[in-house]
Amino acid sequence: MREVAMVGAGMIKFGRYPEKGVHELAAQAALLALQDADMTMKDVELLASGNLYQSSAMIGQRIMKEIGQTGIPVINVANACATGSTAYREAYMAVASGAYDTALAVGSEQMGKMGLLGGGGGGGGGGISPEGIVGSGLMPAVFGQAGVEHMRNYGTTEEQFAKIAVKNHKHSMHNPYSQYQVEMSLEDVMNARTIAWPNTLYMCCPTGDGAAAAVLTTMEKAKQLTTEPIKVATSTLTSDPYTERDLTMPDVNTLTKNASKLAYEDAGVGAEDLDLVELHDCFATAEMLHYENLGLCGEGEAGKLIDDKETYVGGRIPVNASGGLLSKGHPLGATGVANICEVYWHLKGQAGGRQVEGAKVGLAHVIGLGSACTIHILQK
Amino acid sequence: MAEAETQGKQVKPILPFLHISDNPDEKPYLAGSKCKSCGATYLGARMACSKCFSTEPMEDVKLSDKGELHVFSIVHQSAPGIPTPYVAAIVDLPEGVSVRCNIEGVEPDPKNLKFGMPVEMYTEIVHTDRDGNDIMAFKFRPAK
Ligand SMILES: [Zn+2]
Repeated sequence: MREVAMVGAGMIKFGRYPEKGVHELAAQAALLALQDADMTMKDVELLASGNLYQSSAMIGQRIMKEIGQTGIPVINVANACATGSTAYREAYMAVASGAYDTALAVGSEQMGKMGLLGGGGGGGGGGISPEGIVGSGLMPAVFGQAGVEHMRNYGTTEEQFAKIAVKNHKHSMHNPYSQYQVEMSLEDVMNARTIAWPNTLYMCCPTGDGAAAAVLTTMEKAKQLTTEPIKVATSTLTSDPYTERDLTMPDVNTLTKNASKLAYEDAGVGAEDLDLVELHDCFATAEMLHYENLGLCGEGEAGKLIDDKETYVGGRIPVNASGGLLSKGHPLGATGVANICEVYWHLKGQAGGRQVEGAKVGLAHVIGLGSACTIHILQK
Repeated sequence: MAEAETQGKQVKPILPFLHISDNPDEKPYLAGSKCKSCGATYLGARMACSKCFSTEPMEDVKLSDKGELHVFSIVHQSAPGIPTPYVAAIVDLPEGVSVRCNIEGVEPDPKNLKFGMPVEMYTEIVHTDRDGNDIMAFKFRPAK
């Protein structure tokens, strides 16, 4: 496998764009990434497009109809919330394998107000959904239960989960791409209405539209383009292995632990080498679990990590400097690419007011329920 | 459809692994399958063992109607048309199977639910479909 470098990043501010087609949002992000790389579509040899809700609509090809039809191979990808990062991995694999020199990954989504309550549930008998009658398969309950399991195991409190939301909303104040930029106190978060206990409204990611894109090329080419190339040290993708409860309670912990072990081995770095992490905080409870799953602290120490503010920008290991999914938003297909773009900007020193000073190694983590996990580690 | 008309009203399970006997004296139960090779037990049927990949046909097992509350969430907002609040839980059964379910019989408040508390299954008719068939669901409540 060849060394792969990221040479361009682009995203649009997440929010609502009802007047636009999702391919237009995607094309906008693609152009921004190409401009950042000082390229056009004529330099791209393969396009991987991630979009979940319109996975049958050939979004990848429609992007090219907006910004340049060159007849190159296009792969349209769907992989739940890991859709965008899986598209990124397709682009990575295309370059790493030696088959193509330069590839473009684009993630996009237009969710309207449907959000994480859409889909899920599963088919029942007699044309009635078991959702809400035989428990819940929807994301708010699933991640509520996952947080409650952490409470059960380690005595984690509602307040500790809420502190994570306070941090991410504070971080968002410096991110112009964030859908929401509203600072909130612990009281604001805890007094908001409960969606699925222990997560309140401000501990759940908002729904919205968005797009993000990245240009990948060989390290050799990257060195001709820039004096400070950003290496993609690993692009790891896993699915959920057999664990006892996984079939009824998605085991996001084992999923992420397996992926992080593989990713650290592949990249030749450890959690202690990371300068920042963008992780999949679809709910505040999820971020708590992933502190441990990614090895940012020991088992059962995640509550203390947020109590000690170690995951704030300026702390030992800043997490979700972007504001995370909680503020930035979570347009499903765009999220995975956007998380990687955020890490890229920090390594390039282009993250503005939220910049993690001197960042050299960063990790982007995404999970898709069902389940898929991607981990990308970028290195300066 | 024609069959339902000729046979009259039927009781159908909301999920395929809720076993309803033709004998009205037999209580409905959750049906599982156990891998003869490694012992892993599943809710419902599996084509092959997800744990050890054995393709030998699995043993049918009748799962216990008593279990322990593993975790829960109190759902206050759900998809349109789903009444809230309610307790969405994961219950562990002694056979090594967990079940996703609602916990009824308590006010939906975290203070009424204890990790590991004993719970028991019961069934009720939750819906009648277009053809007049009753749809039966299973639920759990604190064990007496
Ligand atoms: Zn087996």
